[in-house]
Amino acid sequence: MTNFPLLLAAEINWHTVFFYLTSFIACGFALAMVVSSNVVRMAFFLVLSLAATSGLIFLTGAHFVGAMQLMIYVGGTVVLLIFGVMLTAQQAFISMKTKAGDWILALIVGGSLLALLTQIAFSVPAWRSSDYQARLQAEVTAAEEEIIAAMAADNRTELTAAEAAKLRPLLAKVKYGQPELTSQVGLGLVGVRVDKPELDSLGYSGYLLPFEIVSVHLLVVLVGAAYLARSKRSAVMQTPEGDAR
Amino acid sequence: MNFLTEPVGLSHFLAVGAFLFVTGVVCMATKRNTLGILMGVELVLNGANINFVAFASPYFREDNLGLEGNLLALFVIVLAAAEAAVALAIALNYYNNHSTIDVDKANELKG
Repeated sequence: MTNFPLLLAAEINWHTVFFYLTSFIACGFALAMVVSSNVVRMAFFLVLSLAATSGLIFLTGAHFVGAMQLMIYVGGTVVLLIFGVMLTAQQAFISMKTKAGDWILALIVGGSLLALLTQIAFSVPAWRSSDYQARLQAEVTAAEEEIIAAMAADNRTELTAAEAAKLRPLLAKVKYGQPELTSQVGLGLVGVRVDKPELDSLGYSGYLLPFEIVSVHLLVVLVGAAYLARSKRSAVMQTPEGDAR
Repeated sequence: MNFLTEPVGLSHFLAVGAFLFVTGVVCMATKRNTLGILMGVELVLNGANINFVAFASPYFREDNLGLEGNLLALFVIVLAAAEAAVALAIALNYYNNHSTIDVDKANELKG
């Protein structure tokens, strides 16, 4: 990959390594969740799978979404589900076996769906490689050839400090670098597109209205959930006649 | 160790998203516990979310979705929270009224 192995200590692409690590954790615990019939264990596997998924989202460069995935999903939604499990965890309902016929049918449907989707995912050649890394790699190669030519002209074998300083950030970008997006999300909400400035002139209005709609929707939904989830006993306690629904 | 030195592309993320989606669908189809079905829905939404974020990433393609994908993923996360709250409330209501959480016995849900 590079002609200066001392600067790039190993040629292992750590982005790829962490991708495989987190995706195996996510997929493995998702599979364990399907196989397990104990609902308490399922909730635990779901937490691990969702946390690994947030790692995958971090690896695509969407840091804000990854952090929100950790905070809202793993910290909020799953805690809600675990409370649901604890409220209904009676001995008969903790572990419920599925009929073999259901398993066979679901596995046939799921397996064919998975085969179809995976084939589609790998069928577009432009999706198989990373443009960003290929471009950076070309940049590094060009810089290296320039430095090698300069070294051959001066008849020396060591890098000068200026050349090393030029090469080091490029190599660091190849190894670790990816675009920052965290602060751009907030600007995108109010309609300023940092990543695609050409959209600004086309009457692009941002995501404030959908954001408000979603927040009001969340409020309505939570009020409705609180209304639905009242237990009978507390309703009786509130109305002394005992005439409550 | 060739595959560890190659950069991953969009396809790899789409494959992981597809796997999570399918496990969620199988979970929804096979679980008898209402909360298990809810967890399957969470997995399905997560798989879709990975696709959104991967298509939005400037790391893989030049003509990416950009911020649109990220914001859609955020909306999906918030709506998944809302959906989980309502579905959990319905499940608790069902449990209170019928003293069971088994969806196979839910064919007489008449309030």
